[in-house]
Amino acid sequence: MNDMRIVEREVETKAVKISARNCQVYYGETHAIKDVNIDIEDKTVTAFIGPSGCGKSTFLRCLNRMNDTIDVARVEGEILLDGEDIYDPKVDPVQLRAKVGMVFQKPNPFPKTIYDNVAYGPRIHGLAGNKADLDVIVEKSLRRGAIWDEVKDRLDAPGTGLSGGQQQRLCIARAVATEPEVLLMDEPCSALDPIATAQVEELIDELREQYSVVIVTHSMQQAARVSQKTAFFHLGNLVEFGETGQIFTNPQDPRTESYITGRIG
Amino acid sequence: MPVLWIVLIVLALGGVGYMLGRRRAMASADGDVRHLHSLPTYYGSNVALLTIAPALLFMGLWLLMQPILIERQIIGLIPESAIAEGSSRSLVMSDVRRVAEGLDTAVAQGAMTPDQADSIRTEFTDVRERLGRVGVALGSNVRPEVLRAAQHYRGLQARYSAIMTVLVLAVAVVGFGYSYLQTTKDFRARNVVETGIKSLLILASTIAILTTVGIILSMLFETRNFFSQYSWTNFFFGTTWSPSFSGRGGASQLGILPLLWGTLYISVVALLVAVPIGLFAAIYMSEYAGPKMRAIAKPLIEILAGIPTIVYGLFALITVGPMLRDYFAQPLGLGESSASVMTAGVVMGIMLIPFVSSLSDDIINAVPQSMRDGSLGLGATKSETIRQVVIPAALPGVVGAILLAASRAIGETMIVVLGAGAAARISLNPFEAMTTVTVKIVSQLTGDTDFASPETLVAFALGLTLFVITLGLNVLALYIVRKYREQYE
Amino acid sequence: MTDATANPAAAAGSPRHGSLLSQDALTKKRNAAETRFRLYGLAAVSVGILALILLLASILNNGLGSFQQTFISLDVELQEDRLDKAGNRNIEDLKKVSTFGYAPLITAAMAAKIAETGIQIEGLSAKDAGNIISKDAPAQLRDYVLANPEKIGTTVNFKVLANGRIDGYFKDRVTMASAELDSNVTPQQLMLADALKEDGVLIKGFNWGFITNPDASENRPEASGLGVAILGSLYMMLVVLILALPIGVAASIYLEEFAPKNRWTDLIEVNISNLAAVPSIVFGILGLAIFINFAGLPQSAPIVGGLVLTLMTLPTIIISTRASLKSVPPSIRDAALGVGASKMQSVFHHVLPLAAPGILTGTIIGLAQALGETAPLLLIGMVAFVREYPGAPPEGFFDPASALPVQVYNWTQRADPAFVERASGAIIVLLIFLLFMNAVAIMLRRRFERRW
Repeated sequence: MNDMRIVEREVETKAVKISARNCQVYYGETHAIKDVNIDIEDKTVTAFIGPSGCGKSTFLRCLNRMNDTIDVARVEGEILLDGEDIYDPKVDPVQLRAKVGMVFQKPNPFPKTIYDNVAYGPRIHGLAGNKADLDVIVEKSLRRGAIWDEVKDRLDAPGTGLSGGQQQRLCIARAVATEPEVLLMDEPCSALDPIATAQVEELIDELREQYSVVIVTHSMQQAARVSQKTAFFHLGNLVEFGETGQIFTNPQDPRTESYITGRIG
Repeated sequence: MPVLWIVLIVLALGGVGYMLGRRRAMASADGDVRHLHSLPTYYGSNVALLTIAPALLFMGLWLLMQPILIERQIIGLIPESAIAEGSSRSLVMSDVRRVAEGLDTAVAQGAMTPDQADSIRTEFTDVRERLGRVGVALGSNVRPEVLRAAQHYRGLQARYSAIMTVLVLAVAVVGFGYSYLQTTKDFRARNVVETGIKSLLILASTIAILTTVGIILSMLFETRNFFSQYSWTNFFFGTTWSPSFSGRGGASQLGILPLLWGTLYISVVALLVAVPIGLFAAIYMSEYAGPKMRAIAKPLIEILAGIPTIVYGLFALITVGPMLRDYFAQPLGLGESSASVMTAGVVMGIMLIPFVSSLSDDIINAVPQSMRDGSLGLGATKSETIRQVVIPAALPGVVGAILLAASRAIGETMIVVLGAGAAARISLNPFEAMTTVTVKIVSQLTGDTDFASPETLVAFALGLTLFVITLGLNVLALYIVRKYREQYE
Repeated sequence: MTDATANPAAAAGSPRHGSLLSQDALTKKRNAAETRFRLYGLAAVSVGILALILLLASILNNGLGSFQQTFISLDVELQEDRLDKAGNRNIEDLKKVSTFGYAPLITAAMAAKIAETGIQIEGLSAKDAGNIISKDAPAQLRDYVLANPEKIGTTVNFKVLANGRIDGYFKDRVTMASAELDSNVTPQQLMLADALKEDGVLIKGFNWGFITNPDASENRPEASGLGVAILGSLYMMLVVLILALPIGVAASIYLEEFAPKNRWTDLIEVNISNLAAVPSIVFGILGLAIFINFAGLPQSAPIVGGLVLTLMTLPTIIISTRASLKSVPPSIRDAALGVGASKMQSVFHHVLPLAAPGILTGTIIGLAQALGETAPLLLIGMVAFVREYPGAPPEGFFDPASALPVQVYNWTQRADPAFVERASGAIIVLLIFLLFMNAVAIMLRRRFERRW
């Protein structure tokens, strides 16, 4: 128990990776995210939970400017990555997304071979000098994605031919291949069966060693299992943010409590 | 009795049937609708349907069969000696028809009495001159056999028409009587009417098949005639196209290769213009353009698709052709002709831009957004995403679209008629005039045609070749596109 | 798995990302590629739009002239001794005087006009002076006299057509220099035309004849018009509408609502999608072989054109009708079936009326396509030179006629450059019809667009 306490204190003192200040998001006329302030720490798994349509995915997509691809979306306020405003006009979203990788709800491997799926990111970002380097990166990423042993004999097979869980781990491997600093995961297990979910969750826990991981999840159990920090969103507001243990055992806000006990959502 | 009158009488009979059927049904239910099995209109409709539909269908069939029957009887009347050297039975037959029509006109205008028309003899009257007076010009003097056959033809026609009138009206009356007697309050009129309507619907849907069968049969028959006069090896492997206009057969060389070469060359140029422009336009519209830009540019490009091909043909003839000749062909010393492969190809390419772009647009939009998100989320730029993820994913669909466009290009007629020229040759110079399969179909089948000579019949062989090629491309393309759609559904 | 976590040092050793605010060289390069790619797209769109503009500009530039025509205002004395020797105004006798009998009257009127205005041009013969008038003018005059025999013996003011070359001179098609080389016109005639224009004898006016006249022969471009072609096209559209709409709707209803899923319906479906892509000229061959050679229908007749175009249009109508039937939600059908309607009743009472706007839109678009179709009509003899207006339907369907797009083709095959102007003008008329039809279709769609 004592050890645990020390570990927790260490978590608290970790450096802030991303911080949002007075962040607002509008979809056309709809005010989707209202005045969110949050500090996301490095080498930590942060979970966003909340009922459907509460804005947690929207906010996640703000963190690597994926909302830019939607014409009607507009972001106000500031979001800092290592102290730099990612919505600064000088920032190139392409460079940003190389630093802040993303894994999506549905596994979305490209219609290419497994190898090319993983090599895609390093190739476009010029991370490999030659074929040998690329081989190393692909192997390392597939290992980190905990799928190397399953696919090492068929790297030339199409990525779309894998099972759902394998596809999602392939997508995670693909995301870590570009050496991001932050990994965003948008309900990465919602399309997976329990066994595949367990494998991915185990993987998330390992990724924490090197990355700041932000995961949106529908499942409170999952948030409790994998995250150190939890943020509860409701109707576009960040209601509560804190240590995962504390949120689940002793929520400060009545809305959080209602959600956790299953009265809303 | 003219067909129109028969139709009107049958329709009138149907109308009367409707009223009577309705009334009889009401009467049998003592005027209380609730005792009827179906609504009263169904009883009326039942009588009307049974009166009209079988009678008109019968008449349609009869009208289709009548010419065949008459012709078969007449052909027997023409002695072998009446068929001149180099002529054929079908030619004499068309003479017979023409004289018969002339006699009809003469009678209609009052220049002859019906009796005279039946009894005049070439031995005593100059039939050609008499028919000429009523505006029927005949190519040569009427031979006695032909005149007699024509008179017989008229007689048969009159007789068959009379029989048809009687039979059609009989069918209508029988249908009327039968359905009228059927009408009682317990008769399941609605079910019967609905079955009848359903059969009519099925009949309508089979027209598509009948059309295809008609296309294939009509070309197959004449193509067989053609190959009985001209060797198929010379047709498919001949490298010279020079139909003779003077005599029949003999001197003509009818090799399809130069035509196919021109067709393919022009189609390739057209696709080289249309595919990059259409594809890039589709990509720009669906991935880059803002809503305002899209709202303006997309309909503008679609207008190109609604413009008839004759307009493109004229554009090629009066603008693009001279422009290409003056600015490219002549300065480069490549040719003097404004009609050329380039002219037709470029204009056809413009015509195909909206076709390629709207097909590609559908196909690109069918690539799931999650695929794009995956790439963008990795930090790829939009163009990298499009080139390395969207296009490879959409490739089968795009290939299908290109095949469809190719089939269009191969079958296109007016642009090549006006833009490509008429000289059949195999050459690599794109500024030279070349010709295509479709151009030759038009030129062999317009003007003076003689359905006994290989020079005319070759058009059917060309048409069949064209049909087979485009059908193959279409089937392949539709198959690929369908498979592609299933993949993302 | 343990392997991956065992070497975090390797990951730490790999190049870290720099500041977000400055772009590294590779990103700059990639962004440049992005901009280029975007420009290609923009260029493609621009090329498409430019081609459209060029096309329309070329047609308008060449064709607008045909709506203006040069006329010459003449006072023609309708001499009784020439036109009605018997003096009894008997129409049958008047008809015996051919157009050759009228030509001298016009030449005389022209000479009188020149004398009256006092124009003197060196080297201009009286015959040449008369020739600046269209060869069609005597026919025009004859028609007038036959319609108004009581005018014989009086002097009537006529606006006769000027010769095509003279008309071309005022449309910059013919110049003094080209007239030197042209056997059909002399520079003196052009000078005369200039002088007449100054005196107000030669005037330009709107060319109603272009819309209403029948076609004219090779050397009378000024008299040619679209009357027969427009009427022929109209007749064909009527035939298409009467046949294609009911058959198309019936076939779609069967395929969409009743057809079981089996080989036969599959065959029909494949057939329809293939027919939509069969080259139009093949339909022309079909029409020639089946309707003309086999069934013995007359050549050049709107009925044959209409039948061929019907077969061509059917796939379009069937495809769009099926789409609009499909867009009616199943809940409507269920509701009707739920209150005890038969399947047939639910379709005819509920589904069909709701799908009607869509069907109509598809039909209009199909008709517009058919209106512009040329190739198949060439094969069924509609290229023939037709000067007689077809009669009233239904007999008129069997009379020879032309069609708008075929008339364009016909005119492109003639030598006189004046016909290029006519062809472009005919296209403008054709495009106006198409524009109108499409506008109606769009309006229908907007008006009745329903979101479920």
